[in-house]
Amino acid sequence: MSLKGAGYIVGAWEHPTRKATDKSVAQLHAECAKGALDDAGLTKDDVDGYFCAGDAPGMGPINMVDYMNLNVRHIDSTDIGGSSYQMLVGHALEAIQAGRCNVALITLAGRPRSEGQATGTAVRAGNPAQPDMQFEYPYGPVVANMYAMCAARHMYQYGTTSEQLAWIKVAASHHAQYNEHAMLRNVVTVEDVVNSPMVSTPLHRLDCCVISDGGGALIVTKPEIAKSLKRPLVKVIGVGEHPKGQFAGQVDLTYSGARWSGPAAFEMAGVKPSDIKYASIYDSFTITVLMQLEDLGFCEKGQGGKFVQDGNLISGQGKLPFNTDGGGLCSNHPANRGGITKIIEAVRQARGEAHPKVQVPNANLVLAHGTGGSLGTRHGSSTVILERE
Amino acid sequence: MAERTIGFVGDAGSNPETKPYWDGCNAGKLMLTRCKDTGKVFTYPRGVSPFTLSANVEWFEAKGTGVLYSYSTMERANPPYTIAYVTLDEGTTMMTGITDTDASKLKIGQKVKVVFKDTETGQKVPFFTPA
Repeated sequence: MSLKGAGYIVGAWEHPTRKATDKSVAQLHAECAKGALDDAGLTKDDVDGYFCAGDAPGMGPINMVDYMNLNVRHIDSTDIGGSSYQMLVGHALEAIQAGRCNVALITLAGRPRSEGQATGTAVRAGNPAQPDMQFEYPYGPVVANMYAMCAARHMYQYGTTSEQLAWIKVAASHHAQYNEHAMLRNVVTVEDVVNSPMVSTPLHRLDCCVISDGGGALIVTKPEIAKSLKRPLVKVIGVGEHPKGQFAGQVDLTYSGARWSGPAAFEMAGVKPSDIKYASIYDSFTITVLMQLEDLGFCEKGQGGKFVQDGNLISGQGKLPFNTDGGGLCSNHPANRGGITKIIEAVRQARGEAHPKVQVPNANLVLAHGTGGSLGTRHGSSTVILERE
Repeated sequence: MAERTIGFVGDAGSNPETKPYWDGCNAGKLMLTRCKDTGKVFTYPRGVSPFTLSANVEWFEAKGTGVLYSYSTMERANPPYTIAYVTLDEGTTMMTGITDTDASKLKIGQKVKVVFKDTETGQKVPFFTPA
């Protein structure tokens, strides 16, 4: 049975903090849960399913269910990094459809900024039992250079330029100026981006997302409950998930798992990319956005550079308004995981509750996509398509 | 400028599944695994074939040459270093590093050859340099 319409997102809340020196990670999770429940008009006692991922401290749902003193009968903590939350929306639909829960709570929170993590540039040794670890660690793989190798190959293969990538940051900054919580609110130019210091060739500092504390939460519930609440009805009509790795040495850095998660979500939803009025696209780096736009079918493979240039992603100017909260590139990348904030802004757009300066008129069909892990080695991709009834 | 210390995690010799690879590095040989069921070469090495999941896998010495598939120089690091993927002549692509050259002159598609470098534990690992 299709999952289309099996659940609605009735609560969506983003923590306003970007630096939480005075709060624990568990507390941030709980504050996000409360925010999303208040948004939905529900209470913690209504929650009977809890979903989280690798940012949840301890043994995920075991510790967090206990901390929040939830009484749930279904838990899921499948971790695919920053794209976990799109996937967990899909898993919540499955649980709702199977009768395993009625009100699903999904939380994300973290404080890498307070903890001083050099998220994208510091090499971290992992467990040598991870089968790839010894074959990669000596070469200094970090987040930035893994995505940078994708950008370098995309440039080589398709002629994509640094200026085209810069347009993605420019668009995000146009949106962020209206978000009072955004870390970077200054509107930047293509020249600002390409003249910012090089981090890892060919990606500059302004090609990278922010490092922020914070979090977010979602409430997903079944149609009967959604219709009894007072919030605009935002129905989940398509979900897709897919991992991608190195294919045992048949490496291709020019595409992501969105090549599969996107079409799966579109097929379930019965819509096509050109129908989408607004898209939240995971933006750990500018290249992440460009590759995902291609893979999701918003343009042909290799044409992402042409697609994003000249303001095509700017709300009110371009054909595909994206990340109207400023996204990870300018606003927020809590716990180094931008998946949930992508969904939250998509819900705001679908409800007509985005900032008036960036609200897309009649945004009745919206998409939120995540990439988690490393685009240059192995990652998860997940896509959610929402429809406002 | 001081050279970057090359890290290594764990004990290379402790895992029989991949020990021939690390022994090969220390002897100046780049060892690869091939699935005997399909004849296909794969990286990183495993004791089971990623094409069939059978243990019908054999080791052989690679030519040690290939082309640069992609690379990035981490300029934020001190000293900067260059990570890469190299597509070997045997048809498989592996993560590696580029060494002993001016990274600003590198070009994707150029020919490269293997060299072995010491890591912090004394275990050698394969890097590549322009051929």
